[in-house]
This record gives sequence, C-alpha cells and structure tokens, in this order.
Amino acid sequence: MEKENNKTKKVCFPHMGNYFIAFKEIVEPLAEIISPPPITKKTVELGTRYGPESACIPFKYNLGNYIEALDKGANFVIQAGGGCRFGYYGEVQEEILKKLGYEFEFFKFPNDYNFLTLARALQKINPKVSIVKILYSLGLAYFKIRAIDKLDDYVRLNIGFEIEKGEFEKTFKLFLKDLEKDKKILSIRRTQARYLKLLKNIKLNKPKNPIRVVILGEVYVVMEPFSNFNIEKQLGAKGVEVHRHSSLSTTIHDLFFNKRVMKEFLEKARPYLRNDTGAHGTETVGLAHHSAKAGFDGAIHIKPFGCMPEVNAMSALHRISNDYKFPIIYFSFDSQTSETGVKTRLEAFYDLLIMKKQKNEQR
Amino acid sequence: MEKIKIGLPRALLYHKYHIFWEDFLNRLGFEVIVSPETNKEILKKGVSLAIDESCLSLKIYLGHIDWLLSRVDYVFIPRIVSLEKKEALCTKFMALGDIARNTFKKEIKTIEYTIDIIEKQWEIFGILKAFSKFEKNPFKIILAYRAAKKLERETEEVKIQKQFTQIKEADNEKPTVLILSHPYTTYDALLGKPIVEFLKKQELSLIYADIVPKKEAMELSKNISRDLYWTYNKELLGAIEYYKDKIDGIVFLMVFPCGPDALVVNLCQHKIKNVPITVITLDELEGDAGLKTRLESFADILKIKKIQDGKRK
Ligand code: SF4
Ligand code: SF4
Repeated sequence: MEKENNKTKKVCFPHMGNYFIAFKEIVEPLAEIISPPPITKKTVELGTRYGPESACIPFKYNLGNYIEALDKGANFVIQAGGGCRFGYYGEVQEEILKKLGYEFEFFKFPNDYNFLTLARALQKINPKVSIVKILYSLGLAYFKIRAIDKLDDYVRLNIGFEIEKGEFEKTFKLFLKDLEKDKKILSIRRTQARYLKLLKNIKLNKPKNPIRVVILGEVYVVMEPFSNFNIEKQLGAKGVEVHRHSSLSTTIHDLFFNKRVMKEFLEKARPYLRNDTGAHGTETVGLAHHSAKAGFDGAIHIKPFGCMPEVNAMSALHRISNDYKFPIIYFSFDSQTSETGVKTRLEAFYDLLIMKKQKNEQR
Repeated sequence: MEKIKIGLPRALLYHKYHIFWEDFLNRLGFEVIVSPETNKEILKKGVSLAIDESCLSLKIYLGHIDWLLSRVDYVFIPRIVSLEKKEALCTKFMALGDIARNTFKKEIKTIEYTIDIIEKQWEIFGILKAFSKFEKNPFKIILAYRAAKKLERETEEVKIQKQFTQIKEADNEKPTVLILSHPYTTYDALLGKPIVEFLKKQELSLIYADIVPKKEAMELSKNISRDLYWTYNKELLGAIEYYKDKIDGIVFLMVFPCGPDALVVNLCQHKIKNVPITVITLDELEGDAGLKTRLESFADILKIKKIQDGKRK
C-alpha cells in the first residue's frame, strides 16, 4: 500500500526568483515533481481571484502557482512558511484549494529552523528515503542557493555597465542551466567558480563613481522579480550599481546558522528602533541606516501592499531619510499595481539622484 | 508635589487592558489621563500622521497620542510581543513604541516595557524595570500590580456573567448576534459603536466575542483552525465555538487593512457553515448609507430565519 502511495505522489511547490532549481534538489529524491508554469499575469490573476482580497502578494502568487500546478496534475502541495503571516497562510490556502475541488495532500514546513527537524519532516513524504540522503539533498540545495546568490550579486552590481548589451543575462542563463545538472557539492562549486570567472571577464564601461542604490524591503518581493516589475533590471538598464543584502542565502543564514544577526541589525537601526519591529522590518531599518551613513546615493524600499512589518519600518525610514538627506522611494505592490506607474516613479527617482550627484560633485 | 501625568491613548489595547492599566497607575500615585472617545478630529490627525498603509486602528491610536502630548508628562505604551508560548500577536503591537517615537520625535516621552513570554520576558519584570525610576520600593510596585490584576480578573468575570445572564434570559423571538471583532474596534466611538447601536435598534440581542472565558475559548479555537497563532484572533475564533449553539448570526467587524483578520475572516467563511456571517470592513472613507442597508437586510434575514426555525420546532 505504502509503496503504491509514494509512486503516485506528484509534488508541487511555488516559484521564487531563480531558486526553483535549488528547491527541486530537495524534492527530487522523494517524489515526482510537477513544476508550476513560470509566473505570468495569469498566475497572479488566479491567486487574486481565489485569495482573500487583503492577503499580501506572496499569498496570491503562491496560490496561483498551486492552482496552475494542480491543473497540471500535482496532488501534493508543499508550503514553506516564514514571514509574519506566512505561517498561517498554509491553512487558508489549503481550504481555498479544497473548496475549488482539488484533491491533494498539503505539507507545511516545520517552523523550527533546524536541518534535522526539516529532514525528518520531509522524510514523511517518502519514508523509504534515508535521512542522510535527505540531509545531503538539503546541502545540495543550500550550495545551489549560495551559488545563485553569489553570481547574482556580481551581476546586479555590474549589469548596468556591460559594453555588449545582454551578455550578463546570457551568461547567467547558461550558468543556471549547468547548475541544474550538478549533483555533487564539488561540481556546484566548480560551476560557480567557472561562471563567476566568465562574468568577470565581461567587458565593462563603468565610471569611477557610479550611482549606487540599495534595495530594501520584504523578502518575497525583493527576491521574485515578477512581483517587483523587474525593478533591478530597470535600474541596471539606467546604469545604476544595485546593491542588496537580502537574498535567500542571507535569510537561511540568519534563520539556521546565526540567529544573533537580528541583534546586529537592531544595533545598526539604533536610535531609530529600540526594539524588533517584526519579520524583516528590523533588517530593513538597520540596512537603511547603514547605507545612509555609508554614502549610498539612495534606497528603494519595496513591499507587498499592507505588509505589516515593512509598514512598521517606514516611520523609521522617513526619519533616516530626513536626518541624512538620504533619498528613499517607496513601492507597494499588489495585483493592481500598474507597471507604467512604477516605471515613471522610478525614472523620476533616478533623475533626482543624478541631479543630486551632479550638485555634490560641483562643490 | 504635583502628580506625574501619564497619558493613555483610548485606542488599541486600551480597550482590552484599561482596568488593569488605570488601577495600577493610580495605585502608584500617578495622575492618569485618558484621551477622549475617538472623534473626527482625532481620526483626521491620526490619518495625517500615520504611514498610509497602516491599519485604521493604528491611525486612530496615533491621533489619540497627539491629543495627549500637550497634556501629559509621559505616554504609556507597553510593548506586547507574545502572551503564550508558540503564539504571536499582530506585529503592530511590538512596534508601537518605535512608531510613536519616530512619528512624534522629541515631543514625546514614553513609558515602555516588553511582554514576550517566548523570550521569558514576563510582564512583572518589565513593569519593575520601567517604574523603578518613579518608585524606589519594588514591593509597592508588586503590590500595585497584584491588586490591579485582581481587579481586572474580577471585572472580567462580572462581564462574562452578565453576558451569560443575557443569553439565558434572551426571548425566543429576538435573534442573538455575535459581534466578532477586536475590542479596539467594537468599543471605538467611530468604528464599532455606531454599528452596535444600529444593530440594537434592529431588535437584535447582541453578545460580544471578546467577553468569553479565555482559556476555554483558546482550546475551542482549534476546532476551527489548526495553525492559527495570533493569540487575540484565537480568542475570537474560540468565542464562535463557545457560543455557537446560542447565536443566530455573526457580524465580523474588521478595519482596513488588517493582515491577521483578512486571513481569519476568509477561513471563517470557509469553515463556519450553519451560522450566517456578515463581514463589515471599516476604512476612513466609509459612508453610512450602503452599510445601513446591508445591516438591515442581514437583520431581516436573521429574523425570518428565527421565525421559521421556531415554527419547525
Ligand atoms: S512579512 Fe509582509 S508579506 Fe510577509 S507575510 Fe507578513 S505581511 Fe505578508
Ligand atoms: S490586528 Fe489588524 S487591526 Fe489590529 S493592530 Fe494588527 S493590523 Fe491593526
């Protein structure tokens, strides 16, 4: 019986940025994967139509992913948790999907951030796979995530200055393709090193003192370019050096390896925050304060509409912006946000930064 | 010597804890000043001070602080992160102090302390620390704390008993409606009160979800939701289960935008099948006309249903 059961498990999980290939690593040994189609307008529409109106964007995107995967034949849904409401998303999503008539099992990641607990929980998907094997695949996934972020960081800083347009993107795509095939930690490291070198060989035309901008905010919209209208790409195209701290690697690092990081961000956020302000909010304020002091040209704060911890952070951001004369622009995304609106405001912000920079340089 | 004036904004958790707060502060010899019932000015001020996307309740809260600033020495802003292990509150309640200080900058002096059961920061420790600069004798603080807690418990008990009596004595023709909302929505003069008054005029008997034996309600909430981890929402959900045989309908009041409630409402709509629910979302622009019609027709439905059910029996 048990055996039969496992064979027929068809697992799906949501998309997030480029990380799908890493998540795949975890699930592949356990069961068949049905990958949801890439996020499109339709995904968002589905999530919006069937999700509660005031749920935040990540909820709607994930729900859309699930519906599209269930339509493709998935019968097992994985939800990862995290964020201030995320832990509770699962139950609501499960109910909604059931109401829509889908038949499936629902699996929620445990909320304890510990690899062994995680592996044990995952083993329930397929008890025949050993814990060691699962731990190993978690390791592989982690190294893949790190590789992706490492290269992505470099791209973000430099893509605005490539001489031959499109080279970075092309190379990065090849990298993801190769990375997907890697099945050993060593080969992941090799792929990472090889492509980092290739990226570094791309010819740049970078001024000594480019405009440097920091991306701050809620992690899902920061990490899923579809949800933020490719804000980083838009900035890159204007010749901006884009910095961002938050990525899946840093999030995992903070949750699993070094829980003290929160305290450090709180230190950095002082005197604008005395206490933790929820989810990523404290990190946002800490990073904003730090970047303002470090002489960045400006910051872009992005969040899902109504995201509570980030809204909490904003009163502090306003003050930092005032005290340091540090320009910050704020974007909230929901399913009604218009792309042109974002574009126009981003352009105006860019013009402001340029003007400010020129004024400072003349002095 | 003139008494030190401590201000309590009549908003958010004031509506939940004011018995304790007021009594405790009075016992320590402070003059307690509570801002008036929410009015249009307070709302307007709050809306202009708050970040746009904050929930309406927070906007109102900031309006109340603004009213207090010129009249008090300190504003009292306890910070509540968690009240139970493995549970949490809305993140607003952990951020209030920082939001207030960032909004009012140098104009505000606060008394703050943290309650975070998960981190073993018990209320009494926080209170001892926060008040040590006013009262050198810690025993006095502890005594005041205990006495005020006792008063809070007793008042709570009286309220519950009163609601029980009302249910017992309810006449069989009047439908009973459960008002499901946070106390800071239910009892706010601009948010819940007008709705409650209006419903009373529709010849409904109203009971309140925040008046319920808390422990039992928390347990019962698991019947509706397996994973819910916001303490206050759990209490409210539990109240549905607790009163479910006694009620004919539920009016869910929520402010916009409220993260926790948005998901909880949705879950209720999926899971609660045999009691009619209506959801009223309050925002700063809410006009009266449409709302009244909706409430009226909801009341009508309940009344018709009540008569039919009565005949069947
Ligand atoms: S942190 Fe923001 S986006 Fe994430 S669950 Fe909370 S409100 Fe939603
Ligand atoms: S629970 Fe909702 S209404 Fe209450 S403070 Fe939080 S966001 Fe505001």
